[in-house]
Amino acid sequence: MQKALTPRGSLRAMYETMALIRAVETSLLDLFGKGKLRGTVHTGIGQEAIAAGVVAALDLDRDVICSNHRGHGHYLAYCGDAKGLIAEIMGRPDGVCKGVGGSQHLHKKNFYSNGILGGMAPVSVGMAMGEKTKRSGAIVVQFAGDGALAEGAFYEAFNMAALWKLPYMLVVEDNGYAQSTPKALEQSGTLADRAKPFGIRVMEVDGNDAEAVHEAAETLSDHIRSGAGPGVLYCSTYRLAPHSKGDDIRDKTEIADAWTREPIVRARAKLPLEFCDAVDQAVATHVRDIIEALA
Amino acid sequence: MTPDTTPSTYLQSLNRGLHAAMAADEAVHFAGEDVLDPYGGAFKVSAGLSTRFPDRVHTTPISEGAITGLASGMALRGLKPVVEIMFGDFLTLTFDQILNHAVKFGAMYGTEVPVPMVIRTPMGGRRGYGPTHSQSIEKHFCGIPGLKVISPSHVHAAGDLLGAAIASETQPVLFIEYKSLYPLPLFTGSELLNVAPAPTGSYATRIVRNFETGEPDAVLIGYGGVAPLMLEVAERLAEEEINVSVVLPAVISPLDIAPIAQEVACARRALVVEEGVAGFDWGAEVAARLHETLFGKLDRPVRRLASKPQIIPTSKDGEAGTLISADDIEAAVYEELA
Ligand SMILES: Cc1ncc(C[n+]2csc(CCOP(=O)(O)OP(=O)(O)O)c2C)c(N)n1
Ligand SMILES: [Mg+2]
Repeated sequence: MQKALTPRGSLRAMYETMALIRAVETSLLDLFGKGKLRGTVHTGIGQEAIAAGVVAALDLDRDVICSNHRGHGHYLAYCGDAKGLIAEIMGRPDGVCKGVGGSQHLHKKNFYSNGILGGMAPVSVGMAMGEKTKRSGAIVVQFAGDGALAEGAFYEAFNMAALWKLPYMLVVEDNGYAQSTPKALEQSGTLADRAKPFGIRVMEVDGNDAEAVHEAAETLSDHIRSGAGPGVLYCSTYRLAPHSKGDDIRDKTEIADAWTREPIVRARAKLPLEFCDAVDQAVATHVRDIIEALA
Repeated sequence: MTPDTTPSTYLQSLNRGLHAAMAADEAVHFAGEDVLDPYGGAFKVSAGLSTRFPDRVHTTPISEGAITGLASGMALRGLKPVVEIMFGDFLTLTFDQILNHAVKFGAMYGTEVPVPMVIRTPMGGRRGYGPTHSQSIEKHFCGIPGLKVISPSHVHAAGDLLGAAIASETQPVLFIEYKSLYPLPLFTGSELLNVAPAPTGSYATRIVRNFETGEPDAVLIGYGGVAPLMLEVAERLAEEEINVSVVLPAVISPLDIAPIAQEVACARRALVVEEGVAGFDWGAEVAARLHETLFGKLDRPVRRLASKPQIIPTSKDGEAGTLISADDIEAAVYEELA
């Protein structure tokens, strides 16, 4: 796809990112259905505004991203490399990690992901320690889901990050579910408040509103970059597709309702229709070309 | 780094190795619980480091898993972290960070990503610390692809090995120190025992023999804390004119069987000794590899000697009755030679 001419962080640019993520992930589900992909694929369909909004607020020349099992969107927002990603998930040697890592283990420049929930929290904090030591001015941004916050590793990491005032930002994508389990069955208290007792600044935002996510991420990243210590950006959202490629036992009307409040619908309402349609068409062609070339 | 030839104890050697490694490279950072001076670490291996390198020595919260992850993160971003885990028993809390994180980054992204980090920890018993502070659990970390497990004996220049691991390794190292070795002077030979000249490279397997000419009647193989026991047995047997070679690898996983097999090929009888508990043990790997290498050339099956598979009591007699002893080793050698 052509490089966006619109400034990063504008709704137009974020729409382009979201449309690309949506097109790639929709195709991945399709490829899975056709038996072209092995293992598993977790899509972030419905959560694109978080990837687009947060990453647009970062300094891509130096900031570091640690992603999770649901990381395609973060990766595409970071580098736009749809071909490397799709080839990777197809297990091809021309994939970004030569087919070794697959969907959940991606690395390119300052982007790293791992499919173990929670474990990347201390690793991200260590990276932040490295960046602080080098005085690079970079911040380290970790993405995690609501369910993952039940892992103890986070609380050891929060403690160290706050104690040493490290440039660490945790972006929580609260989509209300962990695999098949609704939040109410596995989280006590208020999830958004988890980091507060550590003295960590927490900002809560509507994760389906790209502009709101972006604005909050800018505020929080400035705060963190100034040396004030770590922060948590807590985003509420909804996963529209199944947890992975498989069955979805959630209430059908709940899902249908969520489709009316999803980030792309929300962005389209604010943008000229012709612009959105042109972007949609361009990404569709781009992704189709990639898949044809890889077939 | 130039080898440290000053006479010293195992502990002093390690301490000097750390000082030298930190002085040599600004990228080396040291992190662990209670490591700041004047305390200098629970066993004082890190003494003086925080005074000399205040910006690069970090006392950490009691979060073994997180400090191991911290090290991975620092290593991924260009530093060379060394982490101290206060007691080897607490390595259980680092397992996910080692197995699913530290050793994965180097290999799972399709191209080698450097993850230069060293986790060092005191292991073993004989100091009365009881069931949860006396164990030798390193066997659970052996055989992990991408992890080098190093456990020097006091016949090795322990500090040089540690320095080499910090300076040169590009993937994670688990460095196992034996508490029982800390006060011992590094061993360079005695009236009855001679240390074979080692090939270059500090990781080299060391061989100590209780004879000058001829061939060994039996070979004792072991690492770390059982080295002094094996040397004591070799001295006792020298007086009975029984020739034994004590073979001491420093890198216990992955295992280079060649230098061990070479010595065993002469003796045709071998015993593997370890302080960890018997069953699914390091000796099983050594024995299997020796049988693969020397099939049909051994007079006896390789004999495994380990501590009893039970918890380690705190009381002196209870602990002594559980851990492998020089008497156990000596008796086993006689049985093998019978
Ligand atoms: C340590 C660990 N435990 C369990 C899993 C299996 N698993 C993968 S995703 C997932 C649910 C995660 O939920 P959440 O953190 O809310 O993220 P979401 O999938 O909703 O994006 C589970 C249980 C895992 N990958 N790692
Ligand atoms: Mg979730």
